[in-house]
Amino acid sequence: MANTYEAIATVTVGSGGAATIEFTSIPATYTDLLLLTSLRGDRSGVTQAVSLIVNGSTTTYTHKYIRGDGSSVISFTGGSGWMNPGQATAASSTSNTFSNGKIYIPNYASSNNKSFSFEDVSENNGTEAYATLGVGVWSNASAITSIELGQRDYGSLKFVQYSTATLYGIKNS
Amino acid sequence: MPTKLIVDCSTGVTTELELTAEEVAQREADAAAFAEIKAAEEAAAQAKADAKASAEAKLAALGLTADEIAALN
Repeated sequence: MANTYEAIATVTVGSGGAATIEFTSIPATYTDLLLLTSLRGDRSGVTQAVSLIVNGSTTTYTHKYIRGDGSSVISFTGGSGWMNPGQATAASSTSNTFSNGKIYIPNYASSNNKSFSFEDVSENNGTEAYATLGVGVWSNASAITSIELGQRDYGSLKFVQYSTATLYGIKNS
Repeated sequence: MPTKLIVDCSTGVTTELELTAEEVAQREADAAAFAEIKAAEEAAAQAKADAKASAEAKLAALGLTADEIAALN
């Protein structure tokens, strides 16, 4: 990893689980942000959709992604209330496995709209597992100062113990 | 009550807080709204697929071959 990457903060979910993981007071001193995730949720299914919200905003997101599930590939248009940057491994997948995700946010502190790219794979020793690749925009001129990872599609699920997320700042010099 | 993990990047301190009743209600409302949108999108996609299948069946009834129908797509 380039030496311009700097780990800003890491969080690991404790024994009680957590509905959301939020990074707040993100400094504006970097050029780009990179969020790496290792997630598992408690949904009764192979995976559960991860939601991403910045600055507490639930409007003006636009995103497209393709997703393979082990048998087919489908293109999706996401909703405007939050982004879905991938699928967390969930309760019906192999025990003690976690998804791997990467979310890249260039020029997060600029006064332009904020673009995102993301890729993610769930983990399962079975025929059904998910790979997601996508892009998106948050149409807002504000600098990004907070990021929330959650499961807004469902309302009441949570990430389980040992799920982790690390936020990196990247400088272009 | 579900919790949220908050990491303050300026201090590195992680705090675990219970979601407030208002936050839980908002998330449930968001999820319900999302489900409605998703259902509408799926219904629209299914209607489009059904219309396509119907059109292809009518073309086949007119005597077009499967290759000729496929060439129209």
